Amino acid sequence: MKRRKNIKTVIYHGSIWIIGLLMIYPIFWTIASSLKPENEIFRNSASLIPSIFKWENYAQGWQGFGGLSFSTFFLNSGFVTTMVVIGTLFSSALVAFGFARVKFRFRTPLFVCMIITLMLPSQVTLIPQYILFHNLGWVNTYMPLIVPAFIGGTPFFIFLMIQFIRGIPHELDEAAYMDGCSTFGIFWRVILPLTTPALATVAIFSFYWTWDDFMTPLIYLNDTKLYTVALGLQMFSDPSSVSAWGPMFAMSVASILPQLLIFMFFQKYLVEGITAGGVKG
Amino acid sequence: MAEQVQVSGQSKGKLHKQWKTDLVGLAFIAPWLIGFLCFIIGPMIASLYFSFTNYDLLTEPTWIGLGNYIQMFTNDVRFIQALKVTLIFVFVSVPLKLAFALFVAMLFNTKRKGVGIYRTLYYIPSILGGSVAIAVVWKQLFGRDGAINDILSVFGIPSISWVTSPDFALSTLILLVVWQFGSPMLIFLAGLKAIPTELYEAAAVDGANPFHQFFKITLPMLSSVIFFNLVMQTIQGFMTFTQSFLITQGGPMDKTLFYAVYLYEKAFGHFDMGYASALAWVLLIICAIFTAFIFRSAGSWVHYESEGGK
Repeated sequence: MKRRKNIKTVIYHGSIWIIGLLMIYPIFWTIASSLKPENEIFRNSASLIPSIFKWENYAQGWQGFGGLSFSTFFLNSGFVTTMVVIGTLFSSALVAFGFARVKFRFRTPLFVCMIITLMLPSQVTLIPQYILFHNLGWVNTYMPLIVPAFIGGTPFFIFLMIQFIRGIPHELDEAAYMDGCSTFGIFWRVILPLTTPALATVAIFSFYWTWDDFMTPLIYLNDTKLYTVALGLQMFSDPSSVSAWGPMFAMSVASILPQLLIFMFFQKYLVEGITAGGVKG
Repeated sequence: MAEQVQVSGQSKGKLHKQWKTDLVGLAFIAPWLIGFLCFIIGPMIASLYFSFTNYDLLTEPTWIGLGNYIQMFTNDVRFIQALKVTLIFVFVSVPLKLAFALFVAMLFNTKRKGVGIYRTLYYIPSILGGSVAIAVVWKQLFGRDGAINDILSVFGIPSISWVTSPDFALSTLILLVVWQFGSPMLIFLAGLKAIPTELYEAAAVDGANPFHQFFKITLPMLSSVIFFNLVMQTIQGFMTFTQSFLITQGGPMDKTLFYAVYLYEKAFGHFDMGYASALAWVLLIICAIFTAFIFRSAGSWVHYESEGGK
Protein backbone atom coordinates (compact mmCIF):
# COMPACT_ATOMS: atom_id res chain seq x y z
CA MET A 1 0.00 0.00 0.00
CA LYS A 2 2.72 2.43 1.05
CA ARG A 3 4.71 1.49 -2.00
CA ARG A 4 1.81 2.15 -4.32
CA LYS A 5 1.41 5.58 -2.80
CA ASN A 6 5.09 6.28 -3.36
CA ILE A 7 4.86 5.32 -7.01
CA LYS A 8 1.90 7.62 -7.42
CA THR A 9 3.83 10.49 -5.83
CA VAL A 10 6.78 9.89 -8.14
CA ILE A 11 4.54 9.85 -11.20
CA TYR A 12 2.81 13.03 -10.04
CA HIS A 13 5.98 15.01 -9.42
CA GLY A 14 7.75 13.52 -12.41
CA SER A 15 5.06 14.46 -14.90
CA ILE A 16 4.70 17.95 -13.46
CA TRP A 17 8.43 18.50 -13.77
CA ILE A 18 8.48 17.25 -17.36
CA ILE A 19 5.58 19.45 -18.46
CA GLY A 20 7.02 22.34 -16.44
CA LEU A 21 10.44 22.06 -18.04
CA LEU A 22 8.88 21.91 -21.49
CA MET A 23 6.96 25.06 -20.67
CA ILE A 24 9.91 26.93 -19.35
CA TYR A 25 12.21 25.74 -22.13
CA PRO A 26 11.70 28.77 -24.43
CA ILE A 27 12.80 31.05 -21.61
CA PHE A 28 15.88 29.00 -20.81
CA TRP A 29 16.60 28.86 -24.52
CA THR A 30 16.48 32.67 -24.69
CA ILE A 31 18.88 32.99 -21.78
CA ALA A 32 21.19 30.33 -23.21
CA SER A 33 21.18 31.92 -26.67
CA SER A 34 22.03 35.29 -25.14
CA LEU A 35 25.28 33.80 -23.86
CA LYS A 36 26.25 31.74 -26.90
CA PRO A 37 28.87 32.75 -29.42
CA GLU A 38 27.34 33.81 -32.72
CA ASN A 39 28.04 30.60 -34.63
CA GLU A 40 26.37 28.41 -32.00
CA ILE A 41 23.00 30.10 -31.80
CA PHE A 42 21.50 28.44 -34.84
CA ARG A 43 23.68 25.34 -34.90
CA ASN A 44 22.66 22.68 -32.42
CA SER A 45 20.15 25.33 -31.64
CA ALA A 46 18.21 23.33 -29.09
CA SER A 47 21.15 23.01 -26.73
CA LEU A 48 20.91 25.03 -23.56
CA ILE A 49 24.61 25.03 -22.74
CA PRO A 50 26.91 27.46 -24.53
CA SER A 51 30.43 26.16 -25.20
CA ILE A 52 31.75 29.40 -23.70
CA PHE A 53 29.81 32.08 -21.85
CA LYS A 54 29.97 35.11 -24.05
CA TRP A 55 29.03 37.93 -21.70
CA GLU A 56 30.15 40.48 -24.28
CA ASN A 57 26.79 39.95 -25.99
CA TYR A 58 25.27 42.02 -23.21
CA ALA A 59 27.83 44.81 -23.43
CA GLN A 60 27.50 44.87 -27.20
CA GLY A 61 23.71 44.79 -27.14
CA TRP A 62 23.50 47.56 -24.59
CA GLN A 63 25.17 49.88 -27.13
CA GLY A 64 21.86 49.78 -29.00
CA PHE A 65 21.69 51.31 -32.46
CA GLY A 66 22.00 54.68 -34.14
CA GLY A 67 23.83 56.21 -31.18
CA LEU A 68 21.04 55.31 -28.76
CA SER A 69 21.95 52.85 -26.07
CA PHE A 70 19.56 50.74 -24.06
CA SER A 71 20.22 53.07 -21.10
CA THR A 72 17.97 55.58 -22.86
CA PHE A 73 15.20 53.03 -23.42
CA PHE A 74 15.38 51.76 -19.86
CA LEU A 75 15.27 55.28 -18.45
CA ASN A 76 12.30 56.10 -20.69
CA SER A 77 10.45 52.95 -19.72
CA GLY A 78 11.34 53.54 -16.08
CA PHE A 79 9.90 57.05 -16.19
CA VAL A 80 6.70 56.11 -18.01
CA THR A 81 6.12 53.07 -15.82
CA THR A 82 6.68 54.99 -12.58
CA MET A 83 4.27 57.71 -13.60
CA VAL A 84 1.64 55.21 -14.69
CA VAL A 85 1.93 53.29 -11.43
CA ILE A 86 1.55 56.49 -9.40
CA GLY A 87 -1.39 57.61 -11.50
CA THR A 88 -3.09 54.25 -11.27
CA LEU A 89 -2.70 54.05 -7.49
CA PHE A 90 -4.04 57.57 -7.09
CA SER A 91 -7.07 57.18 -9.31
CA SER A 92 -8.03 53.61 -8.47
CA ALA A 93 -7.92 54.18 -4.68
CA LEU A 94 -10.03 57.34 -4.81
CA VAL A 95 -12.59 56.05 -7.28
CA ALA A 96 -12.91 52.67 -5.61
CA PHE A 97 -13.56 54.32 -2.24
CA GLY A 98 -16.23 56.50 -3.82
CA PHE A 99 -18.00 53.50 -5.31
CA ALA A 100 -17.59 51.21 -2.33
CA ARG A 101 -18.37 53.57 0.54
CA VAL A 102 -20.17 56.77 -0.46
CA LYS A 103 -23.92 56.36 -1.05
CA PHE A 104 -24.39 59.04 -3.70
CA ARG A 105 -27.23 59.04 -6.21
CA PHE A 106 -26.58 57.37 -9.58
CA ARG A 107 -23.96 55.21 -7.94
CA THR A 108 -25.36 51.97 -9.36
CA PRO A 109 -25.78 53.11 -12.98
CA LEU A 110 -22.30 54.61 -12.97
CA PHE A 111 -20.90 51.42 -11.49
CA VAL A 112 -22.55 49.44 -14.26
CA CYS A 113 -20.96 51.79 -16.81
CA MET A 114 -17.59 51.04 -15.29
CA ILE A 115 -18.13 47.30 -15.43
CA ILE A 116 -19.13 47.56 -19.08
CA THR A 117 -15.95 49.46 -19.92
CA LEU A 118 -14.06 46.54 -18.37
CA MET A 119 -15.17 44.54 -21.38
CA LEU A 120 -14.78 47.22 -24.01
CA PRO A 121 -12.20 46.34 -26.67
CA SER A 122 -9.58 49.08 -26.57
CA GLN A 123 -9.51 49.29 -30.38
CA VAL A 124 -12.90 50.98 -30.33
CA THR A 125 -11.61 54.11 -28.64
CA LEU A 126 -8.13 53.92 -30.13
CA ILE A 127 -8.67 56.03 -33.23
CA PRO A 128 -10.70 58.91 -31.75
CA GLN A 129 -8.31 58.98 -28.79
CA TYR A 130 -5.45 59.25 -31.23
CA ILE A 131 -7.21 62.09 -33.03
CA LEU A 132 -7.89 63.79 -29.69
CA PHE A 133 -4.28 63.51 -28.55
CA HIS A 134 -3.14 64.54 -32.01
CA ASN A 135 -5.20 67.72 -31.75
CA LEU A 136 -3.89 68.39 -28.27
CA GLY A 137 -0.37 68.18 -29.62
CA TRP A 138 0.42 65.18 -27.42
CA VAL A 139 1.63 62.85 -30.16
CA ASN A 140 5.32 62.11 -29.70
CA THR A 141 5.14 62.91 -25.98
CA TYR A 142 4.54 60.66 -22.99
CA MET A 143 1.21 62.31 -22.20
CA PRO A 144 -0.99 59.74 -24.03
CA LEU A 145 0.78 56.97 -22.11
CA ILE A 146 0.60 58.59 -18.68
CA VAL A 147 -2.53 60.76 -18.48
CA PRO A 148 -5.07 57.91 -18.87
CA ALA A 149 -3.64 56.27 -15.73
CA PHE A 150 -4.51 59.34 -13.64
CA ILE A 151 -8.11 59.26 -14.75
CA GLY A 152 -8.84 55.63 -14.06
CA GLY A 153 -7.95 54.45 -17.55
CA THR A 154 -7.86 50.80 -16.48
CA PRO A 155 -11.20 49.98 -14.82
CA PHE A 156 -9.86 46.56 -13.85
CA PHE A 157 -7.83 48.18 -11.08
CA ILE A 158 -10.80 50.16 -9.77
CA PHE A 159 -12.81 46.96 -9.76
CA LEU A 160 -10.08 45.15 -7.85
CA MET A 161 -9.93 47.90 -5.23
CA ILE A 162 -13.71 48.01 -4.86
CA GLN A 163 -13.75 44.27 -4.19
CA PHE A 164 -11.10 44.73 -1.55
CA ILE A 165 -12.68 47.75 0.17
CA ARG A 166 -16.03 45.98 0.31
CA GLY A 167 -14.36 43.38 2.48
CA ILE A 168 -13.36 45.93 5.13
CA PRO A 169 -15.91 46.04 8.00
CA HIS A 170 -18.21 49.07 7.98
CA GLU A 171 -17.87 49.42 11.75
CA LEU A 172 -14.47 50.97 11.24
CA ASP A 173 -15.91 53.79 9.10
CA GLU A 174 -18.76 54.32 11.56
CA ALA A 175 -16.43 54.56 14.54
CA ALA A 176 -14.28 57.09 12.71
CA TYR A 177 -17.41 59.01 11.70
CA MET A 178 -18.55 59.16 15.35
CA ASP A 179 -15.16 60.58 16.25
CA GLY A 180 -15.86 63.42 13.84
CA CYS A 181 -13.85 62.18 10.89
CA SER A 182 -14.85 63.63 7.51
CA THR A 183 -15.44 61.30 4.55
CA PHE A 184 -12.04 62.14 3.20
CA GLY A 185 -10.60 61.51 6.66
CA ILE A 186 -12.17 58.05 6.68
CA PHE A 187 -10.66 57.38 3.27
CA TRP A 188 -7.23 58.68 4.17
CA ARG A 189 -6.85 57.50 7.77
CA VAL A 190 -8.98 54.38 7.95
CA ILE A 191 -9.46 52.73 4.56
CA LEU A 192 -6.30 53.62 2.69
CA PRO A 193 -3.89 52.12 5.26
CA LEU A 194 -5.94 48.91 5.25
CA THR A 195 -5.83 48.56 1.48
CA THR A 196 -2.04 48.33 1.23
CA PRO A 197 -2.07 44.70 0.01
CA ALA A 198 -4.56 45.57 -2.74
CA LEU A 199 -2.56 48.65 -3.65
CA ALA A 200 0.53 46.47 -3.96
CA THR A 201 -1.36 44.19 -6.35
CA VAL A 202 -2.50 47.15 -8.41
CA ALA A 203 1.02 48.59 -8.50
CA ILE A 204 2.51 45.31 -9.71
CA PHE A 205 -0.07 44.75 -12.40
CA SER A 206 0.16 48.26 -13.72
CA PHE A 207 3.92 47.90 -13.75
CA TYR A 208 3.65 44.74 -15.83
CA TRP A 209 1.15 46.01 -18.30
CA THR A 210 2.97 49.29 -18.83
CA TRP A 211 6.39 47.70 -19.15
CA ASP A 212 4.99 45.19 -21.64
CA ASP A 213 2.81 47.58 -23.55
CA PHE A 214 3.77 47.73 -27.17
CA MET A 215 0.82 49.12 -29.08
CA THR A 216 0.40 52.44 -27.25
CA PRO A 217 4.04 53.54 -27.52
CA LEU A 218 4.11 52.23 -31.09
CA ILE A 219 1.26 54.52 -32.02
CA TYR A 220 2.22 57.63 -30.08
CA LEU A 221 6.01 57.74 -30.07
CA ASN A 222 7.85 58.51 -33.30
CA ASP A 223 11.10 59.91 -32.00
CA THR A 224 13.56 57.10 -31.28
CA LYS A 225 14.94 59.13 -28.34
CA LEU A 226 11.58 58.66 -26.61
CA TYR A 227 11.33 54.92 -27.27
CA THR A 228 10.49 52.57 -24.43
CA VAL A 229 12.31 49.26 -24.02
CA ALA A 230 9.59 47.40 -25.92
CA LEU A 231 9.91 49.67 -28.94
CA GLY A 232 13.69 49.82 -28.72
CA LEU A 233 13.89 46.05 -28.69
CA GLN A 234 11.54 45.76 -31.63
CA MET A 235 13.72 48.18 -33.59
CA PHE A 236 16.85 46.37 -32.46
CA SER A 237 15.49 43.00 -33.55
CA ASP A 238 14.34 44.16 -36.96
CA PRO A 239 15.51 41.49 -39.41
CA SER A 240 16.92 44.09 -41.77
CA SER A 241 19.12 45.58 -39.09
CA VAL A 242 20.14 42.56 -37.04
CA SER A 243 23.75 41.80 -37.74
CA ALA A 244 24.45 39.82 -34.60
CA TRP A 245 21.93 37.57 -32.90
CA GLY A 246 23.73 37.17 -29.58
CA PRO A 247 23.28 40.82 -28.55
CA MET A 248 19.66 40.68 -29.71
CA PHE A 249 18.97 37.75 -27.37
CA ALA A 250 20.95 39.48 -24.62
CA MET A 251 18.73 42.56 -24.82
CA SER A 252 15.62 40.38 -24.91
CA VAL A 253 16.72 38.90 -21.61
CA ALA A 254 17.57 42.34 -20.21
CA SER A 255 14.14 43.66 -21.17
CA ILE A 256 12.27 40.95 -19.28
CA LEU A 257 14.60 40.96 -16.27
CA PRO A 258 12.69 43.66 -14.32
CA GLN A 259 9.46 41.70 -14.77
CA LEU A 260 11.10 38.48 -13.66
CA LEU A 261 12.61 40.09 -10.55
CA ILE A 262 9.36 41.70 -9.50
CA PHE A 263 7.61 38.41 -10.02
CA MET A 264 10.10 36.59 -7.81
CA PHE A 265 9.69 39.05 -4.96
CA PHE A 266 6.03 39.96 -5.11
CA GLN A 267 4.43 36.78 -6.41
CA LYS A 268 1.99 36.65 -3.52
CA TYR A 269 0.29 39.94 -4.42
CA LEU A 270 0.02 38.95 -8.03
CA VAL A 271 -1.68 35.66 -7.29
CA GLU A 272 -4.07 37.36 -4.88
CA GLY A 273 -4.94 40.02 -7.43
CA ILE A 274 -5.74 37.57 -10.19
CA THR A 275 -7.88 35.37 -8.00
CA ALA A 276 -9.68 38.27 -6.29
CA GLY A 277 -10.65 39.72 -9.65
CA GLY A 278 -11.87 36.43 -11.01
CA VAL A 279 -13.50 34.51 -8.23
CA LYS A 280 -15.16 37.10 -6.06
CA GLY A 281 -16.42 38.90 -9.16
CA MET B 1 -17.09 74.04 0.19
CA ALA B 2 -20.73 73.04 0.36
CA GLU B 3 -20.26 71.83 3.91
CA GLN B 4 -20.43 75.41 5.17
CA VAL B 5 -24.10 75.91 4.19
CA GLN B 6 -26.43 76.43 7.16
CA VAL B 7 -29.04 73.78 7.81
CA SER B 8 -32.59 74.65 8.88
CA GLY B 9 -35.53 72.29 9.24
CA GLN B 10 -35.58 68.51 9.28
CA SER B 11 -36.49 67.64 5.68
CA LYS B 12 -34.36 70.36 4.22
CA GLY B 13 -31.51 69.04 6.31
CA LYS B 14 -32.02 65.56 4.94
CA LEU B 15 -32.16 66.84 1.38
CA HIS B 16 -29.09 68.90 2.00
CA LYS B 17 -27.34 65.87 3.40
CA GLN B 18 -28.06 63.82 0.26
CA TRP B 19 -26.73 66.64 -1.87
CA LYS B 20 -23.61 66.72 0.22
CA THR B 21 -23.16 62.97 -0.13
CA ASP B 22 -23.68 63.26 -3.89
CA LEU B 23 -20.98 65.90 -4.10
CA VAL B 24 -18.56 63.91 -1.96
CA GLY B 25 -19.23 60.76 -3.98
CA LEU B 26 -18.77 62.53 -7.29
CA ALA B 27 -15.59 64.14 -6.00
CA PHE B 28 -14.16 60.71 -5.23
CA ILE B 29 -15.09 59.16 -8.54
CA ALA B 30 -14.25 62.35 -10.47
CA PRO B 31 -10.99 61.00 -11.96
CA TRP B 32 -12.79 58.03 -13.47
CA LEU B 33 -15.85 60.05 -14.45
CA ILE B 34 -13.73 62.58 -16.35
CA GLY B 35 -11.86 59.78 -18.04
CA PHE B 36 -15.08 57.96 -18.86
CA LEU B 37 -16.64 61.02 -20.48
CA CYS B 38 -13.55 62.33 -22.26
CA PHE B 39 -11.75 59.15 -23.21
CA ILE B 40 -14.53 56.57 -23.56
CA ILE B 41 -17.95 58.05 -24.28
CA GLY B 42 -16.69 61.07 -26.24
CA PRO B 43 -14.34 59.04 -28.42
CA MET B 44 -16.96 56.36 -28.99
CA ILE B 45 -19.44 58.90 -30.31
CA ALA B 46 -16.70 60.49 -32.38
CA SER B 47 -15.63 57.14 -33.81
CA LEU B 48 -19.22 56.28 -34.69
CA TYR B 49 -19.36 59.55 -36.61
CA PHE B 50 -16.00 58.96 -38.30
CA SER B 51 -17.12 55.51 -39.37
CA PHE B 52 -19.60 57.21 -41.71
CA THR B 53 -16.95 59.43 -43.23
CA ASN B 54 -13.82 59.53 -45.26
CA TYR B 55 -11.16 60.94 -42.99
CA ASP B 56 -7.39 61.06 -43.44
CA LEU B 57 -6.57 63.20 -40.39
CA LEU B 58 -5.31 66.10 -42.52
CA THR B 59 -8.43 67.25 -44.32
CA GLU B 60 -11.91 67.57 -42.81
CA PRO B 61 -13.96 64.36 -42.69
CA THR B 62 -16.43 63.98 -45.56
CA TRP B 63 -19.74 62.19 -44.98
CA ILE B 64 -20.16 59.04 -47.06
CA GLY B 65 -23.00 57.40 -45.15
CA LEU B 66 -22.73 53.64 -45.01
CA GLY B 67 -19.96 53.65 -47.61
CA ASN B 68 -17.29 52.18 -45.33
CA TYR B 69 -19.53 49.40 -44.11
CA ILE B 70 -20.72 48.52 -47.61
CA GLN B 71 -17.14 48.48 -48.84
CA MET B 72 -16.17 46.23 -45.96
CA PHE B 73 -18.75 43.53 -46.50
CA THR B 74 -18.94 43.56 -50.27
CA ASN B 75 -15.58 44.61 -51.59
CA ASP B 76 -12.84 43.94 -49.05
CA VAL B 77 -11.41 40.43 -49.12
CA ARG B 78 -8.80 41.33 -46.52
CA PHE B 79 -11.52 42.31 -44.04
CA ILE B 80 -13.20 38.94 -44.55
CA GLN B 81 -9.82 37.25 -44.19
CA ALA B 82 -9.07 39.17 -40.97
CA LEU B 83 -12.45 38.22 -39.59
CA LYS B 84 -11.91 34.57 -40.49
CA VAL B 85 -8.41 34.43 -39.02
CA THR B 86 -9.52 36.10 -35.80
CA LEU B 87 -12.53 33.84 -35.38
CA ILE B 88 -10.44 30.72 -35.94
CA PHE B 89 -7.87 32.07 -33.51
CA VAL B 90 -10.47 32.76 -30.82
CA PHE B 91 -12.34 29.49 -31.32
CA VAL B 92 -9.18 27.42 -31.13
CA SER B 93 -7.02 29.29 -28.64
CA VAL B 94 -9.61 30.13 -25.98
CA PRO B 95 -10.96 26.58 -25.42
CA LEU B 96 -7.42 25.13 -25.59
CA LYS B 97 -6.11 27.67 -23.12
CA LEU B 98 -8.98 27.17 -20.69
CA ALA B 99 -8.83 23.38 -20.96
CA PHE B 100 -5.13 23.37 -20.28
CA ALA B 101 -5.52 25.88 -17.45
CA LEU B 102 -8.19 23.73 -15.83
CA PHE B 103 -6.16 20.56 -16.27
CA VAL B 104 -3.10 22.07 -14.62
CA ALA B 105 -5.17 23.70 -11.90
CA MET B 106 -6.63 20.29 -11.05
CA LEU B 107 -3.13 18.83 -10.85
CA PHE B 108 -2.19 21.60 -8.44
CA ASN B 109 -5.29 21.30 -6.29
CA THR B 110 -3.62 18.97 -3.83
CA LYS B 111 -1.95 19.15 -0.47
CA ARG B 112 1.26 17.61 -1.80
CA LYS B 113 4.57 19.32 -1.17
CA GLY B 114 6.14 21.53 -3.80
CA VAL B 115 2.93 22.79 -5.37
CA GLY B 116 3.90 26.38 -4.55
CA ILE B 117 7.06 26.06 -6.63
CA TYR B 118 5.20 24.39 -9.49
CA ARG B 119 2.65 27.16 -9.56
CA THR B 120 5.45 29.69 -9.89
CA LEU B 121 7.13 27.70 -12.64
CA TYR B 122 3.92 27.37 -14.65
CA TYR B 123 3.05 31.01 -14.22
CA ILE B 124 6.34 32.42 -15.54
CA PRO B 125 5.36 32.15 -19.24
CA SER B 126 2.29 34.26 -18.52
CA ILE B 127 4.40 36.96 -16.93
CA LEU B 128 6.78 37.18 -19.85
CA GLY B 129 4.82 35.79 -22.77
CA GLY B 130 3.14 39.02 -23.83
CA SER B 131 6.41 40.93 -24.10
CA VAL B 132 8.17 42.04 -27.24
CA ALA B 133 11.17 40.00 -26.12
CA ILE B 134 9.28 36.72 -26.21
CA ALA B 135 7.63 37.59 -29.51
CA VAL B 136 11.04 38.25 -30.99
CA VAL B 137 12.39 35.02 -29.53
CA TRP B 138 9.38 32.98 -30.66
CA LYS B 139 10.10 33.96 -34.21
CA GLN B 140 13.61 32.53 -33.94
CA LEU B 141 12.56 29.52 -31.88
CA PHE B 142 10.15 28.47 -34.63
CA GLY B 143 12.35 29.72 -37.45
CA ARG B 144 13.99 27.39 -39.94
CA ASP B 145 17.18 27.14 -37.89
CA GLY B 146 15.42 27.41 -34.57
CA ALA B 147 15.46 25.07 -31.61
CA ILE B 148 12.11 23.47 -32.43
CA ASN B 149 13.36 22.12 -35.75
CA ASP B 150 16.54 21.02 -34.04
CA ILE B 151 14.51 18.96 -31.58
CA LEU B 152 12.13 17.63 -34.24
CA SER B 153 15.01 16.54 -36.46
CA VAL B 154 15.88 14.00 -33.77
CA PHE B 155 12.58 12.32 -34.63
CA GLY B 156 13.31 12.63 -38.32
CA ILE B 157 10.83 15.41 -38.97
CA PRO B 158 12.10 17.67 -41.76
CA SER B 159 12.85 21.32 -40.97
CA ILE B 160 10.37 23.91 -42.05
CA SER B 161 10.07 27.55 -41.19
CA TRP B 162 7.00 27.43 -38.98
CA VAL B 163 6.41 31.17 -38.74
CA THR B 164 6.55 31.78 -42.48
CA SER B 165 4.63 28.69 -43.54
CA PRO B 166 1.04 29.46 -44.59
CA ASP B 167 -0.07 26.19 -43.00
CA PHE B 168 1.55 26.58 -39.62
CA ALA B 169 2.00 30.30 -38.92
CA LEU B 170 -1.36 30.68 -37.19
CA SER B 171 -0.80 27.53 -35.12
CA THR B 172 2.52 28.95 -33.95
CA LEU B 173 0.76 32.06 -32.69
CA ILE B 174 -2.00 30.01 -31.06
CA LEU B 175 0.66 27.99 -29.27
CA LEU B 176 2.25 31.18 -27.96
CA VAL B 177 -1.06 32.38 -26.57
CA VAL B 178 -2.09 29.04 -25.09
CA TRP B 179 1.34 28.87 -23.43
CA GLN B 180 0.27 31.85 -21.32
CA PHE B 181 -2.51 30.04 -19.51
CA GLY B 182 -1.32 31.19 -16.08
CA SER B 183 -4.03 33.67 -15.14
CA PRO B 184 -7.03 31.44 -15.88
CA MET B 185 -5.12 28.62 -14.16
CA LEU B 186 -4.79 30.64 -10.95
CA ILE B 187 -8.45 31.62 -11.10
CA PHE B 188 -9.46 27.97 -11.62
CA LEU B 189 -7.23 26.93 -8.76
CA ALA B 190 -8.89 29.38 -6.39
CA GLY B 191 -12.27 28.14 -7.63
CA LEU B 192 -11.31 24.50 -7.07
CA LYS B 193 -10.12 25.27 -3.54
CA ALA B 194 -13.56 26.72 -2.78
CA ILE B 195 -15.36 23.45 -3.60
CA PRO B 196 -16.16 21.67 -0.31
CA THR B 197 -14.32 18.34 -0.14
CA GLU B 198 -17.40 16.75 1.47
CA LEU B 199 -19.03 16.77 -1.96
CA TYR B 200 -16.34 14.52 -3.37
CA GLU B 201 -16.34 12.32 -0.30
CA ALA B 202 -20.10 11.87 -0.48
CA ALA B 203 -19.89 11.12 -4.19
CA ALA B 204 -17.11 8.60 -3.63
CA VAL B 205 -19.24 6.85 -1.00
CA ASP B 206 -22.05 6.67 -3.53
CA GLY B 207 -19.64 5.02 -5.93
CA ALA B 208 -19.00 7.87 -8.37
CA ASN B 209 -15.75 7.43 -10.29
CA PRO B 210 -13.37 10.38 -10.88
CA PHE B 211 -14.86 10.83 -14.34
CA HIS B 212 -18.34 11.28 -12.89
CA GLN B 213 -17.02 13.49 -10.11
CA PHE B 214 -15.44 15.78 -12.67
CA PHE B 215 -18.60 16.19 -14.73
CA LYS B 216 -21.12 16.17 -11.90
CA ILE B 217 -19.25 18.16 -9.24
CA THR B 218 -16.16 19.96 -10.49
CA LEU B 219 -17.57 21.45 -13.70
CA PRO B 220 -20.91 22.64 -12.25
CA MET B 221 -19.21 24.05 -9.15
CA LEU B 222 -16.67 25.87 -11.30
CA SER B 223 -19.18 27.14 -13.83
CA SER B 224 -19.17 30.76 -12.65
CA VAL B 225 -15.37 30.79 -12.81
CA ILE B 226 -15.39 29.20 -16.25
CA PHE B 227 -17.88 31.83 -17.30
CA PHE B 228 -15.64 34.68 -16.10
CA ASN B 229 -12.58 33.21 -17.81
CA LEU B 230 -14.49 32.58 -21.01
CA VAL B 231 -15.74 36.16 -21.28
CA MET B 232 -12.37 37.70 -20.48
CA GLN B 233 -10.32 35.40 -22.71
CA THR B 234 -12.71 35.77 -25.65
CA ILE B 235 -12.52 39.55 -25.55
CA GLN B 236 -8.75 39.40 -25.15
CA GLY B 237 -8.58 37.01 -28.08
CA PHE B 238 -10.38 39.43 -30.38
CA MET B 239 -7.96 42.17 -29.38
CA THR B 240 -4.73 40.21 -29.91
CA PHE B 241 -2.23 42.39 -31.70
CA THR B 242 1.40 42.27 -30.57
CA GLN B 243 2.10 38.63 -31.39
CA SER B 244 0.87 38.77 -34.94
CA PHE B 245 2.31 42.22 -35.57
CA LEU B 246 5.78 41.27 -34.38
CA ILE B 247 6.11 37.63 -35.35
CA THR B 248 4.35 37.27 -38.68
CA GLN B 249 3.30 40.82 -39.63
CA GLY B 250 -0.05 39.35 -40.57
CA GLY B 251 1.57 37.13 -43.15
CA PRO B 252 2.28 34.83 -44.86
CA MET B 253 -0.43 35.62 -47.41
CA ASP B 254 -2.59 37.21 -44.71
CA LYS B 255 -2.87 33.86 -42.97
CA THR B 256 -2.35 35.54 -39.60
CA LEU B 257 -3.96 38.86 -40.38
CA PHE B 258 -5.59 39.46 -37.02
CA TYR B 259 -8.41 41.93 -36.87
CA ALA B 260 -6.43 44.31 -34.65
CA VAL B 261 -3.48 44.18 -37.06
CA TYR B 262 -5.69 44.99 -40.04
CA LEU B 263 -7.27 47.86 -38.11
CA TYR B 264 -3.84 49.20 -37.18
CA GLU B 265 -2.70 48.95 -40.78
CA LYS B 266 -5.72 50.89 -42.03
CA ALA B 267 -5.50 53.55 -39.32
CA PHE B 268 -1.80 54.14 -38.93
CA GLY B 269 -0.40 52.73 -42.15
CA HIS B 270 -2.85 54.29 -44.61
CA PHE B 271 -4.33 56.92 -42.27
CA ASP B 272 -7.76 55.82 -43.41
CA MET B 273 -9.35 56.82 -40.10
CA GLY B 274 -12.93 56.61 -41.33
CA TYR B 275 -12.58 53.04 -42.53
CA ALA B 276 -10.62 52.04 -39.43
CA SER B 277 -13.36 53.51 -37.22
CA ALA B 278 -15.91 51.43 -39.06
CA LEU B 279 -13.71 48.37 -38.48
CA ALA B 280 -13.56 49.24 -34.78
CA TRP B 281 -17.34 49.43 -34.57
CA VAL B 282 -17.78 46.11 -36.30
CA LEU B 283 -15.33 44.63 -33.79
CA LEU B 284 -17.31 46.14 -30.94
CA ILE B 285 -20.52 44.66 -32.28
CA ILE B 286 -18.93 41.23 -32.73
CA CYS B 287 -17.55 41.32 -29.17
CA ALA B 288 -20.93 42.45 -27.87
CA ILE B 289 -22.71 39.60 -29.68
CA PHE B 290 -20.28 37.05 -28.29
CA THR B 291 -20.49 38.44 -24.77
CA ALA B 292 -24.27 38.60 -24.95
CA PHE B 293 -24.36 35.04 -26.23
CA ILE B 294 -22.15 33.80 -23.38
CA PHE B 295 -24.21 35.77 -20.86
CA ARG B 296 -27.52 34.49 -22.22
CA SER B 297 -26.40 30.91 -22.37
CA ALA B 298 -25.02 31.32 -18.85
CA GLY B 299 -28.49 30.80 -17.41
CA SER B 300 -28.49 27.19 -18.57
CA TRP B 301 -25.01 26.15 -17.52
CA VAL B 302 -23.70 28.55 -14.89
CA HIS B 303 -24.61 27.40 -11.44
CA TYR B 304 -24.49 29.80 -8.51
CA GLU B 305 -24.60 28.81 -4.92
CA SER B 306 -27.68 30.13 -3.17
CA GLU B 307 -25.65 32.53 -1.08
CA GLY B 308 -22.96 34.85 -2.32
CA GLY B 309 -24.04 34.62 -5.95
CA LYS B 310 -23.59 37.53 -8.30
